[in-house]
Amino acid sequence: MIKSSNSGKSRCRTEKIIRITFFCISLASIATLVLITIFLFMEGLPVLKEVSINDFIFGKYWYPTDDPPAFGIFPLIVGSIAVTGVSSVISIPLGVLTAIYLAEAASTNVRQWVKPIVELMAVLPSVVIGFFGMVIIAPFLQEVFDIPTGLNLFNASLMLAFMSIPTICSISEDAIFSVPTELKEASLALGATHWETISRVILPASLSGITTAIILGMSRAIGETMVVLMVAGGAAIIPISLFDPVRPMPASIVAEMAEAPFRGDHYHALFATAVVLFLFTLLFNLAADHISHKYKQVGASTL
Amino acid sequence: MFKNSNHVQGRRKLLQFIMFGFFRVSAAINGIALLAIFYFLVSRGWRAITWTFLTQPPIDSMTKGGILPCIVGTVCLSLGAIILAIPIGVASAIYLNEYTFQGRVLRMIRLGINNLAGVPSIVFGLFGLAFFVVYLKMGVSILAGAFTLAVLTLPVIIGATEEGLRSVPDTYREASLGLGATKWQTIYRVVLPAALPGILTGGILGLSRAAGETAPIMFTAAAFFTPSLPSSIFDEVMALPYHIYVLATAGTEIEATRHLQYGTALVLIFLVLGLNLMAIIYRARLQKRR
Repeated sequence: MIKSSNSGKSRCRTEKIIRITFFCISLASIATLVLITIFLFMEGLPVLKEVSINDFIFGKYWYPTDDPPAFGIFPLIVGSIAVTGVSSVISIPLGVLTAIYLAEAASTNVRQWVKPIVELMAVLPSVVIGFFGMVIIAPFLQEVFDIPTGLNLFNASLMLAFMSIPTICSISEDAIFSVPTELKEASLALGATHWETISRVILPASLSGITTAIILGMSRAIGETMVVLMVAGGAAIIPISLFDPVRPMPASIVAEMAEAPFRGDHYHALFATAVVLFLFTLLFNLAADHISHKYKQVGASTL
Repeated sequence: MFKNSNHVQGRRKLLQFIMFGFFRVSAAINGIALLAIFYFLVSRGWRAITWTFLTQPPIDSMTKGGILPCIVGTVCLSLGAIILAIPIGVASAIYLNEYTFQGRVLRMIRLGINNLAGVPSIVFGLFGLAFFVVYLKMGVSILAGAFTLAVLTLPVIIGATEEGLRSVPDTYREASLGLGATKWQTIYRVVLPAALPGILTGGILGLSRAAGETAPIMFTAAAFFTPSLPSSIFDEVMALPYHIYVLATAGTEIEATRHLQYGTALVLIFLVLGLNLMAIIYRARLQKRR
């Protein structure tokens, strides 16, 4: 009897130890995020000994290998924002409309075909999409629009749109799907057509989910590396036309890291660029998280 | 009156018809884009894929020969990443799904995972360089690359495992606890076996994700060219995605090696698609059984 209660106690202790172990392991994701931040800053901050933070972010000239070097990443930031912006003009309508189609309009048969297509788009490795943009789309654009190079802002945006559509589409579809059926039925029962129900009831109800989807899609586009490295053209200039080559931040980092002398100014400057990129995506992700939590749809009554 | 209402009805129907047309068109554009990519890669790449191509190393400064070292390298890197990521990912998912229910800590951990999933791949690459390669002195090696890719696949595995755990009915847990089993015994003997398929699916998806990534391994594991296969986990390796990039942008004869580039891209796609297909079929079969 006494022994049994003893073993009960030890069972209790074992349970507690196991629980704590799992808790510690589950902190690994946060720990990694913290480590990433620490190491990026550690390797990136020394660049501020060379240039002021203002000149670094708003400096218009990126000539890291000149003597004296110029570390102004403003053209790179503009390049990143430009490709992300143009790609979302393409990916947002396509992604959201496809999501509505999948969730509302498509018959089960068609759905069975379209859904795997969207999933396959997400699966293709970025280097393959970059390669496709380089060898197929670039010569095509060059010929059709009669421009000096097919590797430019527009081509990169097309490829990035292809990569962010699956993100936008699948998260939006989930949001549309989770709108309570009562709402839809009520609207249809009042005599609204299916389209009126979609535009006036279902879309407003799933707006926060769709917004989250769009933000995450843009975050994916701004952080995508191989595509912009291979397709964007690589000129560190502020683009004026849609067919200007650009050099977004990730492209600059990857292309130059191999040649930058270890722990030299250029190396630090590239890490600092990565810090800026990291902060951009962090901002996007936090915004998405905030929206999806604050405007979370719980049942039909919260509309 | 009657006519007018008919007219309005007709306009509403027409509007619906037009809008649904837009939906169809946008879905079709996605399909066409995907088909175009497959068409061009397959039609131009299938001739490059021969037995020699798959089983020989590159020769003549990578203008001829095969891609065996790249295949081996990619397999090593992605398997290594999964072996490192699965224990941590599964344990995290168990804690999130079985031990906590709500509260600030849970929200923090989830936020951490979501943000980790959103970190750009090049940032992982630089982190791997600064932390694993330089700080932990692993050097440019399979080990450093596998660790970097493990960090990247962690959110994928946590997500899939959680899905698997959620699909185990609560009645299983209640029955086990009711028989006097402790929480851990319940998880270990009842919940995990039931959730195993979901976890395996997550592992396969993580594998395919790790196999396709380029930027994270560029400074941590990938070599421009190695004449022999890796002999230890401290060697640098060639990898399929990096090989495509190298051949397409920095090779000695970019135009003359096009067929090799298409061939390599095709092999990578087959690898990634094959893994995903496996996961999909596996999942579908399980759902049927349930």
